[in-house]
Amino acid sequence: MEWRHKDLLGLAELTKEEIELILDTASSFKEVSTREIKKVPALRGKSVVNLFYEPSTRTRVSFEIAAKRLSCDVINIIADTSSVRKGESLVDTGKNLEALKIDIIVLRHNSSGAAHLLARNVGVSVINAGDGWHEHPTQALLDIFTLKEKFGKIEGLNVTIVGDIAHSRVARSNIWGLTKLGAKVCVCAPKSLLPIEIERLGVEVFNDLDEALRDTDCVNVLRMQLERDEKTIFPSSLDYFKQYGITMERLKKLKRNILIMHPGPLNRGVEISSEVADGENSVILEQVTNGIAVRMAVLYLVTQARETIKNEAHH
Amino acid sequence: MRLIIRNSRVIDPLNNIDGIFDILIENGIISKISKEAKDRFDKVIDATNRITLPGLIDIHVHLREPGREDKETILSGTHAAAKGGITTILAMPNTDPPIDSVEKVRLVKEIIEKNAKIEVLISSAITLRREGKELVDMTRLKKEGIVAITDDGSSVDDPQLMRQAMLEAKKKNILVMLHCEDKSLSLKGVMNLGFISTCLGLRGIPKEAEFKRIERDLNLAKETDARIHITHISCKESVELIRKAKKEGLSLTCDTAPHYFSLTEEDLLDFDANKKVNPPLRTKEDVSAIKQAIREGVIDCIASDHAPHTEHEKEIEFENAEFGTIGLETELAVAITELIEPGIISWKELVRLFCVNPSYILGIEKRSLSPGKEANIIILDPQKEWIVKKEDFLSRSKNSAFLGKKLKGKVECTIYKGRIVFAQENEVYSNERVR
Ligand SMILES: [Zn+2]
Ligand SMILES: [Zn+2]
Repeated sequence: MEWRHKDLLGLAELTKEEIELILDTASSFKEVSTREIKKVPALRGKSVVNLFYEPSTRTRVSFEIAAKRLSCDVINIIADTSSVRKGESLVDTGKNLEALKIDIIVLRHNSSGAAHLLARNVGVSVINAGDGWHEHPTQALLDIFTLKEKFGKIEGLNVTIVGDIAHSRVARSNIWGLTKLGAKVCVCAPKSLLPIEIERLGVEVFNDLDEALRDTDCVNVLRMQLERDEKTIFPSSLDYFKQYGITMERLKKLKRNILIMHPGPLNRGVEISSEVADGENSVILEQVTNGIAVRMAVLYLVTQARETIKNEAHH
Repeated sequence: MRLIIRNSRVIDPLNNIDGIFDILIENGIISKISKEAKDRFDKVIDATNRITLPGLIDIHVHLREPGREDKETILSGTHAAAKGGITTILAMPNTDPPIDSVEKVRLVKEIIEKNAKIEVLISSAITLRREGKELVDMTRLKKEGIVAITDDGSSVDDPQLMRQAMLEAKKKNILVMLHCEDKSLSLKGVMNLGFISTCLGLRGIPKEAEFKRIERDLNLAKETDARIHITHISCKESVELIRKAKKEGLSLTCDTAPHYFSLTEEDLLDFDANKKVNPPLRTKEDVSAIKQAIREGVIDCIASDHAPHTEHEKEIEFENAEFGTIGLETELAVAITELIEPGIISWKELVRLFCVNPSYILGIEKRSLSPGKEANIIILDPQKEWIVKKEDFLSRSKNSAFLGKKLKGKVECTIYKGRIVFAQENEVYSNERVR
């Protein structure tokens, strides 16, 4: 199995084998972070630009550490402080970075499809670090990696994603990845937060949380953003917590070894209680640790692919 | 000047002609259609294995001039039309400023006079500045020669005002062309609402935005007896409403655009904004319904909704990109590929859709190849396969939803008023062969 893509734009376009390759590569990189000297020379001399049009310290820092552990140079461009706010188009910004001979752009953008747009306009690798409501592939990969570490396999697991599915790129990427690997996926949300025809992605849809969680091995709790979107009715945070909050009370009725995941940052008391977030079923901090290994794997694989493509073109 | 087109398959439904003939053109007028004409000529076009049709009519074209000459001009747009085999177009009035007064019609006429390579007919807005608040002066505009009114780009939301517009148009015998969209339903949507919009995380436009507005306008037309034409219908529900209205005897017509019978929402999986159009690309089921409606004559004609946009308005984030695709240079080939090749319609029916019916809708002289008529003629190679490429477009904009697609059938020569206004650069049309 060889990785052939210069970019990682989403899990929708990957095969089961390609996802497994990323997970396996991540496993071998995980050990690096436990060493005294947390660095390998795999990407020495390469440069990564974190191009972030949305503030996200977590994802940015995770990519930055991952790159540095591969001996790669990192430049951070945050939308507020650079020319990107002064009306330069995404494609122009990308072409400029390419002219600066960087190797990889890690893009976070508020528009769905932004990573696709950039990737088809530049020769450098593009890694999607979240685009609008579309995909957030490295988040889903680290969720799946954590799940696989705990259960040894993905096939046959019951995973429930709870929260604002309609506006969640984490949900979409998880659904694509998990269903490809053979997990059974349930989504649970109030009707107004479920996108149309979501069941056609091969998931079971619930409005009632207790019903959704009955046989679940893992709950992935989405961050609830209680901001207004035209035509979407959001419940109040208290109502939401009552109906969809993951609490100790609920947890007691579920499988004893159930895993609690959350992509962060947490809204304690809105989608999850502190007891659960900090309790023994929670793997939230392990997710953060695994994020480094997964992102190292992705940075490494896209670079390899680009070099293979380059070599083939020379022959 | 005597020009002869030798040995092509001539198709002209109004004269019930479909056969191999020579067409003789004298001083811009068709003088004879015969077998092996033996007269003397100034110029011979050997059109063996080619098809000759009357020039096509496209009743929905955005030429962008005045105001957005960076997207298209009357010169570049009519050049593109000629390349696509079109010899008459109806220009949409949503220019900058919009065409909503006699003065502005005169301004456009002047440019047409100077620069147009083919016939350009003018339409006016329904409301001043296309704001949906106050009607234009239809009496004066009609005198100035406009052939239709339309607020295309949007719909007149106020039903009372729309009703008034129809009454007025009925009195003056003006065609009302309707872009049916209820903005309170389409909102900030950028593609069809459904499974694919869910996958892509993009805001959806429900079909209701189109067909609910069609429903309203059909009722108003029933009440006012105005002559209406519904443009760019895209979905099954719209087809059904129009089919029913026609059965009930309402005198209305409608068109669809080539992208609505050839592309679906699934073509957006790569987030290519060149396929972002309004109304949006729908589902496979809708495409079949549109095709069937074309075959059954529920849809009267095909129009491109040629909507040029610059690259910096298209090669940006999908949600921020402009709506629209160019279409003049591909519409005939898409129709050949998607409708003739699979046997959905015949060549004669194609000519009805692109030529006979549009002239009927606009109330202009019927297009045919009858002797005595102006020679508006196209010659095409029905077997020629080609790939749609950016660099081949004559349109100033390159935003085609069909980029990279393989199409069948290519226009080789377009003759307008007896003059060659477009010809492929090959030996048949080069000067050496002119005798
Ligand atoms: Zn329109
Ligand atoms: Zn239009």
